[in-house]
Amino acid sequence: MVRLLPFGLLLGAVLLLSWLFDFKGARITDVALMAGIYAVFSLGLNVHWGFTGLFNIGIAGFFALGAYTAALLTIRPPNPLYEDYTFGGDLASRIEVGDLWFVVALLAAGAVCAIVALIIGYITLRLRDDYLAIATLGIAESVRLVFLNERWLANGSRALYGIPRFLGDVVSSKNYDYLYLGVVIVILVILYIAVERVIKSPWGRVLKAIREDEVTTAASGKNVFSFKLQSFILGAVIMGIGGALFAFRVGTVAPVTFEPLLATFVIWAMLMVGGSGNNKGAVLGAFVVWGIWTGTQELPGFLSDPYFRYVMIGLLIVVVILLRPGGILGEERRVSGQIERAEGAAPPEP
Amino acid sequence: MLEWVAHRLPLRWTVGRTLLVVVLVVLVLAFLSIIKMNLVVNGLFLGSIIGLGAIGLSMIYGILKFANIAHGDYMTWGAYIAFFLLGTLLPHSTGFGPFTFGYTLFIALPLTMLALVATALILDRLIYRRLRRRGVSTVLLAMTSLGVAIALRGLVQVIWGAESEQYPRLSKLQYQLPMDVRIPPDWIFIAALTLILVLALYLFLTRSKMGKAMRATSDNLELARVSGINTERVVWWTWAIGAALAATAGVLLVVFQALLYPDMGWEILIPLFAAVILGGIGNPYGALAGALIIGVTAEVSTQWLTPAYKPAIAFGIMIVTLLLRPRGLFGVKD
Repeated sequence: MVRLLPFGLLLGAVLLLSWLFDFKGARITDVALMAGIYAVFSLGLNVHWGFTGLFNIGIAGFFALGAYTAALLTIRPPNPLYEDYTFGGDLASRIEVGDLWFVVALLAAGAVCAIVALIIGYITLRLRDDYLAIATLGIAESVRLVFLNERWLANGSRALYGIPRFLGDVVSSKNYDYLYLGVVIVILVILYIAVERVIKSPWGRVLKAIREDEVTTAASGKNVFSFKLQSFILGAVIMGIGGALFAFRVGTVAPVTFEPLLATFVIWAMLMVGGSGNNKGAVLGAFVVWGIWTGTQELPGFLSDPYFRYVMIGLLIVVVILLRPGGILGEERRVSGQIERAEGAAPPEP
Repeated sequence: MLEWVAHRLPLRWTVGRTLLVVVLVVLVLAFLSIIKMNLVVNGLFLGSIIGLGAIGLSMIYGILKFANIAHGDYMTWGAYIAFFLLGTLLPHSTGFGPFTFGYTLFIALPLTMLALVATALILDRLIYRRLRRRGVSTVLLAMTSLGVAIALRGLVQVIWGAESEQYPRLSKLQYQLPMDVRIPPDWIFIAALTLILVLALYLFLTRSKMGKAMRATSDNLELARVSGINTERVVWWTWAIGAALAATAGVLLVVFQALLYPDMGWEILIPLFAAVILGGIGNPYGALAGALIIGVTAEVSTQWLTPAYKPAIAFGIMIVTLLLRPRGLFGVKD
């Protein structure tokens, strides 16, 4: 727990700063909220890519599934006069768990993503590495098309709205953002600790071994396919929870939210910049990239052109791979660190 | 030196057999009026355009061993370079012969191909070659191409804006064929150009020394290298052919749908990969056959589903292929 202290201090500082600066109208809370939610996705992607080497370019698919699951479970049943969709779970009044309906919705979002990940992973993870990329790309696009065209399911392009707020009656709506920022940070910290634990376990070391050398891992008697599938599902569950957090933040979900740029590419940039294979890096990258993304909106001229920033996201990924493959933080060397400690030797040049 | 390669005919007879069955089934269904012939024809034309893109993608996949996610955006760039040439640089001209476009397209197309080949080679020099020399995994190469794809598409939007555009065109009456088939005259051009390019590629791969070297490299990179093949040159030729075909496919796609927009290449990426996987990675003819199958299936599906689901249909075909025959219809066993 002691090692988590600086991390907690950092997040506390974000909260404090946001509270202080919002008096000057800088909307830092808003930035921190979105960065916190993106950090959840970045953690999920880190499980996929950073630790296991699974190339998922369909984060948007899990993002959308999580967000829509949470939304459909919690909104009120539709009014057939104005709305096209047929199902609204109204979880808050239907089950007797008080405010815990929020947790139920998050878990349900994770569960739906787990099922989809199981199916996709089962088909593609036995095959070449990059088949997973193409399959996730396809699933992301298909999910978006279904939500866009099946109006009975989720109101199509007209969006689902009226998603309830968690603890919305505790504070005035003016101050609600601070409360939700706290909620996001608590969930982010829980997920962070969970992923750290899991990665430090023998199970996590198998994932890293698979990433480095599949054949050797298989020769050591590990079922590579099964471990990859578990990792893929774990990451997808985290992404689903991220999607649900997002839905409760914005209050409306529409298919346009799940275009690849802001639902997939930006998250890749976050992980690559922060340092893939390092959970601290994943979180840091989310805050850095989202900070830059929103910060540059204020710049003069073409610098704030959304498409120019689009180019920058792409270039950022390429430049990081070319010049600094480890990102800002790079991966912590855990097992090899133990060896050096045991031998009492100075660490060799990387 | 490479005689043994020449003995291996690229067209295995299974290709012909499978295609024959597919074609027969489709024709029978069409004659029984279960599916509309018009949609089948549409699908063949769309499929041949997807095919031009998929051939290049499959060759890059086979020789450079990674999934070039930027391939769809290469097509977009081809479409927009031609748009710039036709709309700005070259004199305004429409309605050449039976076509809607002007004679300028015949000048713009080769220039576009050259420009895109140059772009692809520069990108390889700047990015991919460095990573190859570092010996990074193929997945990281694919990751890099994702970054390239994002940047390329963003650049299109910065330069030309996000709205849809058109090539200068003059509306023409469609040809009326039997069985309620209507063909815009431009599609003759699409068919002719596709045939010429595929034939040229076939001759190149089977007759020229570089073509044989490419096939050898695709089969076994290490063996090709120890046989004295300059694999770096093979890589350059692969990019050049892939980019030239992608440029053509991009331009033809605009001619086909009479519309160009920045997302067009990204949207066609799933059908491209589906065609490559269906045809067997590294097999250009398989990619073309796969593209035709996907084009026809996607078009015919609009009889029952909204056209918006066309990419999902391609994705579905890909998933079924991966389940039943992961090496593709015409692929060789690993």
